[in-house]
Amino acid sequence: MDTKIRGKAYVVGESIDTDQIIPAQYLVYSTSDPEERRFYGHYALAGLPVASQGLPDGGTPFVRGEEFTSDYQIIVAGPNFGCGSSREHAPLALAEAGATLVIAESYARIFFRNCVNGGYVIPAETRERLYDRVRTGDDLEVDLTANTVINHTTGDHYELPPIGDILPILEAGDVFEYAKKAGMMAS
Amino acid sequence: MGMTLTEQILARHAGRDRVSAGENIWVDVDILLTHDVCGPGTIGIFKDKFGADAKVWDKERVVIIPDHYIFTADAMARRNIDILREFVAEQGLPYYYDPGTSRYKGVCHVALPEEGHTRPGELLLGTDSHTCTHGAFGMFATGVGNTDAALAMGTGKTWLKVPETMRFEFHGALPPYLMAKDLILQVIGDIGFDGATYRAMEFVGPAVFDLNIEERMTLCNMAIEAGGKNGVVEPDQVTIDYVNERIARAGTHADYTPVYDTADGAYVFTKQYDVSTLDPVVAKPHRPDNRASVREVAGTKVDRVYIGSCTGGKITDFEAAARLLAGREVRVDTFIVPATTEVARELGRRKIGEHTLTEIFRNAGCRLGESSCAACLGGPVDTFGRLNEPLTCVSTTNRNFPGRMGHKDGQVYLASPMTAAATALTGVITDPRDQMS
Repeated sequence: MDTKIRGKAYVVGESIDTDQIIPAQYLVYSTSDPEERRFYGHYALAGLPVASQGLPDGGTPFVRGEEFTSDYQIIVAGPNFGCGSSREHAPLALAEAGATLVIAESYARIFFRNCVNGGYVIPAETRERLYDRVRTGDDLEVDLTANTVINHTTGDHYELPPIGDILPILEAGDVFEYAKKAGMMAS
Repeated sequence: MGMTLTEQILARHAGRDRVSAGENIWVDVDILLTHDVCGPGTIGIFKDKFGADAKVWDKERVVIIPDHYIFTADAMARRNIDILREFVAEQGLPYYYDPGTSRYKGVCHVALPEEGHTRPGELLLGTDSHTCTHGAFGMFATGVGNTDAALAMGTGKTWLKVPETMRFEFHGALPPYLMAKDLILQVIGDIGFDGATYRAMEFVGPAVFDLNIEERMTLCNMAIEAGGKNGVVEPDQVTIDYVNERIARAGTHADYTPVYDTADGAYVFTKQYDVSTLDPVVAKPHRPDNRASVREVAGTKVDRVYIGSCTGGKITDFEAAARLLAGREVRVDTFIVPATTEVARELGRRKIGEHTLTEIFRNAGCRLGESSCAACLGGPVDTFGRLNEPLTCVSTTNRNFPGRMGHKDGQVYLASPMTAAATALTGVITDPRDQMS
């Protein structure tokens, strides 16, 4: 697991559900076939209404035009990110688009588990409301050991709470490696 | 201090005398449910992690019920079904309900109990967020992603954080214009759409035990809409009778041990409701907790009414709607989607007065669709009832986030089947009390 992540922020609001992260009609692509799997990156966050696409201004799609990956690596969000359906295609889509980290005020439980267990993106929590302080395109540097965020665009610093319970799984890589260590699965 | 229902079930499945909220534990899974949208991904991860020739941990305990994208010309959606068929044949799985055959069922959360796969005291994982529905049978049931499902498929195990329990007590007599949907929308409006995140929602009290099993399913079904890990209702004789009848009919395993409420568990939250004083409610766009009484939004013009899904597509839901629609005509496009083929058959048998429910809906001018999830989650563009334009829809389904039913600018009001039917009759949002004779 990379504990230092630097990249451009993509800022969204509250209650971004999995239908907005990956609309249901795209759940027909194979997640096993590498060529088809790329389409999940192409359609990542395609369900966001235009006004919600990249705050504060909106109108900035997460993935541009015909691209398969995003210009943004870090998603900044409000409460209850990933609510709604259990589709694992949601964190997979964000990861396929090139995102490595989400910083949200809170997560829906199944989405959070999927991020961690599948090893797609790291779901970091923030106690501060960042989605109205960070702008889409800001240059962020996150240190998951020191639990800090530096906004190089504005010079602001923010603190994050420690990652906690999920750290052993993040460090193992995914839930299968974690299960092997716990003796729940043959190595 | 005793344990809550949820803690009792989890302790048993962890092989321990007791567990407490906040602990991370490994538990044994009794049943793993998957469907056509998340099944192929689960199978892909299972083969990748356990080997191309790996066998599921117990073929009697993996239940596959295709339901999402069934009646579509979309070739890629149909391919999902082919992947399931191939896997079922290769693994020799007995509990598969194939589209296009007499075994086809439809919506997995209504089919699962119908086919004898829900039992008090058991632990169920499903690759669908509405798996929490099955807490209505006194079991621990929760939704998971493909990776968790693949691990369970190979090992019969999963890890869980033991949730804190919130207890919702319902007292009083339910008025004839209210349904379980109104109760759960009331709760979600009170605690917010993340008010139960990481928590169990336990529904208790005489007004809950007065509900039939389908209405208890509706209560538990929407626990996820408040962020809940699971919803649960203690089993009573109604539960046991339903479960035993279905097990006997389907020939599924009959050895189960219910857990019962000891009332001395640790609850992080308790709230009481007198159901006799509540009003019919809706969730306004675009959040399930955006509650308003029907009277507050009455008169809002709608383009469409949709009655269906795991939440609002059971026989109790259709009977309630039909009571309002009998002998009358709808004023807006009204879509009727029975959750399962069994519900569809029952619509053709059950009568109000001289007419079957099917006849009542047809005579009222409704459009009847085939059993599946259909437009609840949008789906392929040719899905029955899908919002392909920015329409306003009153729906008995469970979510109204932007785009959920197909169009990003669609306006979806979640409501009970009675409110939906009353609205269909007038073309504007209507309190069922105003249309009851």
